[in-house]
Amino acid sequence: MSRQITMLLMLLLALSIIAFIILNLLLGTVRIPAGDVIDILLGNHSDNRIWTNIVMKSRLPQSLTAAMAGAGLAVSGLLMQTVFRNPLAGPSVLGISSGASLGVACVVLLSGSIGGVTLSRLGVIGEVSITLSAITGSLLIMALIAFVARKVRGNVTLLIMGVMIGYIANAIIGVLKFFSAEEDIRAYVIWGLGSFSRVSGGQTTVFIVLMMILLPTAFFLIKTLNLLLLGDSYARNLGLNIKRARLLVIGCSGVLVAVVTAYCGPIVFLGLAVPHICRGLFHTSNHAVVLPASLLGGASLALLCNLIARLPGFEGALPVNSVTALVGAPVVMWVLFYKRKNEV
Amino acid sequence: MRHREETIRVLDLETGYHSKKGITVITRGISASLYSGELTCLIGPNGAGKSTLLKTLTAFLPPLKGEVFIEHKRLGEYSDAELSKVIGVVLTEKLSLNNMSVEELVEMGRSPYTGFWGRMDKNDRRIVAESIALVGIDNLRGRMIQTLSDGERQKVMIAKALAQETPVIFLDEPTAFLDYPSKVEIMQLLQRLAREKNKTVFLSTHDLELALQIADKVWLIDKPHGVTIGTPEDLALEGNMTRYFHREGVVFDNESGLFKICHHIDRTATLVGEGIRFNMVKKALGRHGINADDASSDGIMIEVVDNGYLLNGKKVHSIGMLLDMLNDTD
Repeated sequence: MSRQITMLLMLLLALSIIAFIILNLLLGTVRIPAGDVIDILLGNHSDNRIWTNIVMKSRLPQSLTAAMAGAGLAVSGLLMQTVFRNPLAGPSVLGISSGASLGVACVVLLSGSIGGVTLSRLGVIGEVSITLSAITGSLLIMALIAFVARKVRGNVTLLIMGVMIGYIANAIIGVLKFFSAEEDIRAYVIWGLGSFSRVSGGQTTVFIVLMMILLPTAFFLIKTLNLLLLGDSYARNLGLNIKRARLLVIGCSGVLVAVVTAYCGPIVFLGLAVPHICRGLFHTSNHAVVLPASLLGGASLALLCNLIARLPGFEGALPVNSVTALVGAPVVMWVLFYKRKNEV
Repeated sequence: MRHREETIRVLDLETGYHSKKGITVITRGISASLYSGELTCLIGPNGAGKSTLLKTLTAFLPPLKGEVFIEHKRLGEYSDAELSKVIGVVLTEKLSLNNMSVEELVEMGRSPYTGFWGRMDKNDRRIVAESIALVGIDNLRGRMIQTLSDGERQKVMIAKALAQETPVIFLDEPTAFLDYPSKVEIMQLLQRLAREKNKTVFLSTHDLELALQIADKVWLIDKPHGVTIGTPEDLALEGNMTRYFHREGVVFDNESGLFKICHHIDRTATLVGEGIRFNMVKKALGRHGINADDASSDGIMIEVVDNGYLLNGKKVHSIGMLLDMLNDTD
């Protein structure tokens, strides 16, 4: 594929993000005329305080969160698919999201039944503690998988290990639920549905700043990732320190998933599907192209899913996870069919 | 200009693995050298330790005992980054790589030299283009790796090793899975690279015949005997070939220095004539268990004449017909 077409596609992806953000700002359960939305965004005082609140406190942060979360998940999925050399690797498959869920379940459910505190009523402190517990949980699982990765040969084994770890985490969550108050379970289940609107107020800024720092670090790994494509032996022969490279890539990917999951709940399929779409779209595995493409594509697809979830008629009640799965799963299937024809 | 230099020296090397059950020694007591401008083949039966030895020499495995010196520096003292500029490898494992062009893959060979972002400068591009030209795959530049044949893929990996600009190239069974013409092509290519680029080329192979015809040096490796080293001719003269590869039905022909399939002989025939057609008849008869002789006792008389063959005075036009008639008389 020529350089020009690659640049053009990249530009289109970037434009689609802007388009989807605009649509996300315009559409919703409450009809706000486009002119007023622009006025509100430009900081002009609108006559309608409710409209201002809806745009500035709900739609705008939600769009930005969706874009950042989508980008983070897609990049993280790409890193995992490369480092595990497995097209099915992704945050939700390797048990890392389950780790976050377990962390959250421990804090939300146990705080009620042991500490006697209902976190879901604690407001900001509750939100922060949920975030921290999700990060802790997913990083612990990530560390476990990285540890196992060094011991076992073969990526299929590792993948199955990840799936098993996910099952164990879910089983523990099940046990915790059994002993928990109904109110806490509700809070946990809502978190588990995944949402780009859970993040509120100052926390949105924190999330966006965190992602702004984390996403560019992935770009430092482009050369490493390309070498990893060749397999361990060739990569090593080309001067790559495999152990360090693997740790860096898994670490970067894990932190990205952890932060996104902490703020938005477990969002499925985006991380798995977007890298496949991008490789198919750009006809290359070169990370200098696929990495920025996944970042843009992830943001764009997440915005689209968010848009569908909030389409007028659904009353904003459609869980994002249902939409991402409905969009993501067929895409993965399409990629597999397509591969059959052209690459095997 | 060839200037032969010792690039690798191996001293009392013991190879093998550290495993949970302890240490498994595969080969021991190897002392030898590899030289620039030479193609050296490592030959031996399966399980003799060819791969282990190659892995040890490329620093994928630590030696159990002994020393490996590369360009007068101990192998263990090289960092991964330094080593990548000294040894280039081509492995047997098939790349599970999709959507990467031939040119991109060869460019990967430049990674030890490129900076943090892996960006290629003018010099890098020139070297990549030269490597591609040297291997003769200009026409494949834009092709995706997954669309290549095994032979083409092997050439791409050799071009990658060339782009790496290492004085030493190690290849693990580069001719496995290839058809015969491709095997010959790859071997000739490697020989040419050793000669023209003054590279030290060391490869393991199962293709005895080819190795014996093309290699400058041969390392014969075997469990009971260890490693024996020499030119193919010296090894033949010393009787090493017969000793190493003694099998029912195979003989080492000391005259041609190559292996021959040994047929079970049950008849003899008198064969008269000369030239290439004489030799062909002799070969065909051998395959059918008939030894061509000057004076046969089995009453078969074959004469090679101008436009055919006479079998006991009867004329036939081809060797096939001759064989049919012979078999009918059984």
